[in-house]
Amino acid sequence: MTHVLVVYTDDEPGVLTRVASLFRRRGFNIHSLTVGPTERPSVSRMTVVVDTDANTARRAVEHLRKLVNVLEVQQLGQHAKVVRDLALIRVSANATQRSEVLQLVQVFRSNVVDIAEDSLVIECTGSLGKIEALVDTLRPFGILEMGRTGAVAMTRGLRTDPSLVSSSEPVRAESSQSMSV
Amino acid sequence: MEQTGAQIIWECLLKMGVDTVFGYPGGAILPTYDAMTGYPVRHVLVRHEQSAVHMADGYSRASGRTGVVVATSGPGATNLVTGLATAMLDSIPLVAITGQVGSGLLGTDAFQEVDITGITLPVTKHNYLVTRAEDIAPAIREAFAVATSGRPGPVLVDITKDAQQGKATFEWEKAMPTRHLRHIPPFPAAAELERAVAMINEAKRPVILAGHGIQLSGARAEVLTLAERADIPFAITLLGLGAVPATHPHSLGMMGMHGEAWVNQAIQEADLLIALGMRFDDRVTGRLKAYAPDAKKIHIDIDFSEFNKNVPVDVALGGDLLQVLRAILPKVQSARHTPWLERINSWRGDSAVRDIKNLPDDGHLYAAHVMHDLWKLTKGAAVVVTDVGQHQMWEAQYYHHDGERSLITSGGAGTMGFALPAAIGAKMACPDAEVWVVAGDGGFQMTFAELMTAVQEDVKVNIAIINNGFLGMVRQWQELFYESRYAATPILSPDFVKLAEAFGVHGQRVDKRADVASAVAAARAAKGTALIEFRVEQEDSVYPMVAAGAALHDMIRRPSPSPLAETGADPV
Repeated sequence: MTHVLVVYTDDEPGVLTRVASLFRRRGFNIHSLTVGPTERPSVSRMTVVVDTDANTARRAVEHLRKLVNVLEVQQLGQHAKVVRDLALIRVSANATQRSEVLQLVQVFRSNVVDIAEDSLVIECTGSLGKIEALVDTLRPFGILEMGRTGAVAMTRGLRTDPSLVSSSEPVRAESSQSMSV
Repeated sequence: MEQTGAQIIWECLLKMGVDTVFGYPGGAILPTYDAMTGYPVRHVLVRHEQSAVHMADGYSRASGRTGVVVATSGPGATNLVTGLATAMLDSIPLVAITGQVGSGLLGTDAFQEVDITGITLPVTKHNYLVTRAEDIAPAIREAFAVATSGRPGPVLVDITKDAQQGKATFEWEKAMPTRHLRHIPPFPAAAELERAVAMINEAKRPVILAGHGIQLSGARAEVLTLAERADIPFAITLLGLGAVPATHPHSLGMMGMHGEAWVNQAIQEADLLIALGMRFDDRVTGRLKAYAPDAKKIHIDIDFSEFNKNVPVDVALGGDLLQVLRAILPKVQSARHTPWLERINSWRGDSAVRDIKNLPDDGHLYAAHVMHDLWKLTKGAAVVVTDVGQHQMWEAQYYHHDGERSLITSGGAGTMGFALPAAIGAKMACPDAEVWVVAGDGGFQMTFAELMTAVQEDVKVNIAIINNGFLGMVRQWQELFYESRYAATPILSPDFVKLAEAFGVHGQRVDKRADVASAVAAARAAKGTALIEFRVEQEDSVYPMVAAGAALHDMIRRPSPSPLAETGADPV
């Protein structure tokens, strides 16, 4: 099953390599990895979706915490969360098919961002499941090209880690790390 | 006052208490070597950079201090990789400083440019590429903090030539590291500690698994208190040997692939395993599905990522072993497990290892004899540094280590060529210790150029080469699992006595057991480094043995009847 990890790191060269190398080295299967800036100038935020069992996901978290450049790691499994992926999909559609595709796009609350003679480019933002559903729906028309960002995730209701906003002394977000297993 | 980056490197090392570094100069590190002459630091010139890391590693293992290595860019840096991996797998704190081409040349494939931070990423705890003089002090100070905190390990700092030549103000206080403190984990919850205590107090057949973490944490006294109060025998990992005393009444001996049969049997029949600072390596578990099937398991380790990696455990207590033990000891009740200990003792007569040593001298020289005699002759008080292979296992079986840091060996990586350089480093850390190298004829030939380093640095180590004319452990596997097809394992050696002479060290050859004692005495008496070549039985094997993939109790015994028949228990 998939596990969503949010990783706060120093915004430094090479940090992405360190994280990616860790996953490669330990054989943790990355479903998607996104990285970008945060509200703090020196901190980057990665969302890593791993496809693995719960114990391996927990070990991935503990390995990440050993990286000097990692400020904090949170596994979003237990929390209500928003997970969003963005896809650009170029779908084959001639003049007669175009309106049908446009209707489907509306159902998925997605946008058409480019129209050519024989194709459309559709922009879709949503959960992984929604995007998969749109892709399945469009497949019969012929998907010519697709690019996806990978998931970005955030908890609902509470800040992921309040300490990151106000203090330079990060703390662990989870209350207890002594595990009963 | 501004100083050059090169000077700042040495200022930092002095602040960290470093008085000895192991290295090899070259173009990109020249500014640093040039500045070195102004500082009270002993530089040990090695013959190959790999040996520099092993020396720093041996220095660290013998003393607990952080070893320091200096090398140049390109091949100088890549030669460190094996040593860094060795230290990484055995959790040894090291700081390696490498020169790098000027920052303007980075990425251009300039002469002797290699991406050493990229290469060493998986074999260091962390590494740095420093391109400005003002960044040197923070990087080096943090490197030491990272190397020694939590689970120790090696850290590499790659410093461009222009950063060494550039100027900056040396600001030590401003370089105070904090990032390594980001993930100080909370202490185990009281409820978890209670669960562990309850399991210990209820156990009928408990066994402690004593690992290297005991040494790293300094928890020897607490482990012994636990063993004595609750009457729990302890089995020891290879790297745990010496962390707890071999001749302690509760000591069972080494566990695992070449552990004593009774030790592995005890683990397999236990109802509780208490794993202290060890990581359930495949060499100690055998087939995981058949491992200690009836035992509940408590795992105490400072590295949370080790929990449930190989063996699922019932309680995982993350934290410094010393602190965790101190938290649980007050609640551990006195107990007696006499039937359990008697049962384990009854298996001791079934030893498949004791045999050779107890045989009368039949004219053959066995490595086991040599190890046993060396143990007796040095009264078990030497620091023994082994290489990797059969001799390493015989040493672990027959040299009983009571003292802390008295066995130095490459466990996780199994790095051949480790022993001689590591021993030189160990001797430099502990000049008053009697240091013995135990190496095979194969491994010794990998790094014996360091004999000259020992001579140049006026370091005395005593060297026992166990020469069986084969890459013995590989030959043993070929004999057992590849129908004795000895592909590429017969190995010729030079005349080691003449070799010793060429290096200007004392050399002897021994091929009879009767001569072992006098040769050892002569080596000890020799003024400088001394070498003894022991010509031992060529096709002897290490027994007992758990074949790869077999259950831990399913051990291959010494074939019997044989001239090496078993003769019963050895009261240590």
